[in-house]
Amino acid sequence: MTQAPSAQSAPPSGLLPRVKAAVSAIEVDSRLLSMIVALIVIWVGFNIVSGGKFLEPRNMWNLSVQTASVAVMATGMVLIIVARHIDLSVGSVLGLVGMVMALLSVEIIPKALGFGVNQPWTWIVTVLVGLVLGALIGGFQGGLVAYVGIPSFVVTLGGLLVWRAVTFTLASGRTIAPMDSTFQLLGGGPKGSVGETVSWILGILACLGIVYGIYAARRRRQRYDFPVRPLPLDIGIAVVGCAVILLAVNHANSYPWPAKLAEQYAIANGIDPVGFTLGTGIANPVLIAIGVAIVMTFFATRRRFGRYVYAIGGNPDAAELSGINTRRTIMLTFALMGVLAAVSAVISTARLNAATNQAGTGDELDVIAAAVIGGTSFAGGIGTIPGAVLGALMIQSIRSGMQLIGLDNAPQMIAVGAILVAAVGIDQVLRRRAG
Amino acid sequence: MSSQTSAPLVEMRDIRVSFGGVHAVDGVSLNLFPGEVVALVGGNGAGKSTLIRTLSGAHPADAGEILINGQRAHIGNPRDAKTYGIETIYQTLALADNVDAAANVFLGRELLTRFGSLNDAAMESATRKVMGRLNPRFRNFKAPVKSLSGGQRQSVAIARAVHFNAKILIMDEPTAALGPAETAQVRDLIVQLKAEGLGIFLISHDIHDVFDLADRISVMLQGRLVGTVQKADVTKDEVLGMIILGKQPGEADAGSLAQALH
Ligand SMILES: Nc1ncnc2c1ncn2[C@@H]1O[C@H](COP(=O)(O)OP(=O)(O)O)[C@@H](O)[C@H]1O
Ligand SMILES: [Mg+2]
Repeated sequence: MTQAPSAQSAPPSGLLPRVKAAVSAIEVDSRLLSMIVALIVIWVGFNIVSGGKFLEPRNMWNLSVQTASVAVMATGMVLIIVARHIDLSVGSVLGLVGMVMALLSVEIIPKALGFGVNQPWTWIVTVLVGLVLGALIGGFQGGLVAYVGIPSFVVTLGGLLVWRAVTFTLASGRTIAPMDSTFQLLGGGPKGSVGETVSWILGILACLGIVYGIYAARRRRQRYDFPVRPLPLDIGIAVVGCAVILLAVNHANSYPWPAKLAEQYAIANGIDPVGFTLGTGIANPVLIAIGVAIVMTFFATRRRFGRYVYAIGGNPDAAELSGINTRRTIMLTFALMGVLAAVSAVISTARLNAATNQAGTGDELDVIAAAVIGGTSFAGGIGTIPGAVLGALMIQSIRSGMQLIGLDNAPQMIAVGAILVAAVGIDQVLRRRAG
Repeated sequence: MSSQTSAPLVEMRDIRVSFGGVHAVDGVSLNLFPGEVVALVGGNGAGKSTLIRTLSGAHPADAGEILINGQRAHIGNPRDAKTYGIETIYQTLALADNVDAAANVFLGRELLTRFGSLNDAAMESATRKVMGRLNPRFRNFKAPVKSLSGGQRQSVAIARAVHFNAKILIMDEPTAALGPAETAQVRDLIVQLKAEGLGIFLISHDIHDVFDLADRISVMLQGRLVGTVQKADVTKDEVLGMIILGKQPGEADAGSLAQALH
């Protein structure tokens, strides 16, 4: 819904306009396309500078896991910013939800309630309580924004302070660890990944999903006699999409379990441990993030809720006049953001195997930066979820790549900040030229 | 007015709206019958838009009451107005600029698939049909409406109002951004909708439009109703006299009108 209008005047001359016309004619989001190109450039660049280390399975696997938490929250931040709001509290909400989940699964369920550690259902109760808490906190902040009329910047700045303080108070400043053994698996690691076979199955299912999606969209348009994309182009998109997915699966499977763990596994399963290796496959948090991105894209583009969020961002008065319950929509958007912060709390608490006072500190900035690098506009009404996920991946790629070549935190922050400003600057220039 | 026998479709009684100290609408009463076009005229800032916005739920009235089909109606927001069959083409058009024509036409009333998802193809198809009637040259169905011309945007706003079987249609300067051909189409549309039995409030600056289309003419000046007249009983000059001088027909002579006009 944010695509450029299709050019339909006389065929343009000159190379750049012709490329632009071609891109818009095939209805591929040019913003997304340019982000993918930029990401490839960054990856190849770091790979060269790091002497081939960047694209190794090990680094890429770690990159995928490190991206998951911010990517999950960025999908929600897109909708918040599209609706002309902001949520500065996500990092603190992550911290609080993580702490509550840790206290519940490490102290309350095993000790206070006397069920003992590592009950098979502990992780489910823990995650559910976390998600509900996230929804309540988000919904409460959203209610203050929508019904009381306090600017979201103010409400969530207050939230940033308050929820962090509550986190500290709840555990009297302690770090709560270790987490429930099943819960830990949600954070990744060799055992917290799905392994080779499941990874291949998921990869193939994803390919079938892409093919079916493209086919169904074609048929729907044909049924109404609308123009469709040329068939070779649709086939090309399907082939490229499937190739990328299968390559990624192959890469994740090429990252072996640590030798010690593999040996233990072999002995436990009566396999000859000599020369035995096991592919790690896709990590659970990455699957969670992909699942969240798919569901959120569905909400944003295929459901009424998403349509209303975009309409409110495009013109709040028009949305209200057309009968949309704009207040409820805004409150729900913040509640959804709270749920996503809770999902990220699950991922990062499980990955760290502990809840700390500092968990999530500063995440709001990465999350907002990811959404904005991904093309979300503070003017409202514009932004996509795949863009934000790519934005998160780009930020993490820069961090990880610079770390790999021995640059520490300060230059990393400079690079992320510069790219954030540059991305928005380029957007502005292009939009002015187009407009 | 007296020639009508059935209950009025809309009756607005003693409506008042003020912004701070400004009495934008100051005790105005109007009514509208099925199959009737009532033109609402007056200079800029006379209070026309504010008055009809109380009927469409965009702004609450400070005082007064609204009756629909003789029943007291509670119109607290635009959703309420739509449940009474009141559709509005706002002077500002009130379009969400970042989404396409179909999304605007169906905004708040989306067509859904069996699974409760947006049925964009069905909405685009329906929009193509309405547009075929309103503005056959309309082509940009995939573009966000901000990239459309003023006339095309106005067509989208009109399509949204007429697609949902309105009983009461409010048109606030619907031809302001239109060229001659499109204006002619809107006039035809008004005639057709009137024949279908809709009641229409038409706000217009074009005195010729008003005389061609309206059955009655209500004139506002500085928030007050100067009067409501049968079109057949007055001349254009008399209506201009009401608009500019606030004089009843017959009160203002040609001389004072000419003086005021210069
Ligand atoms: N939202 C508002 N806030 C303050 N004043 C307003 C508002 N809307 C209209 N007004 C004032 O109310 C008066 C009537 O305006 P309006 O109804 O738009 O007139 P018209 O449609 O006849 O040109 C004007 O003086 C205008 O400045
Ligand atoms: Mg007006």
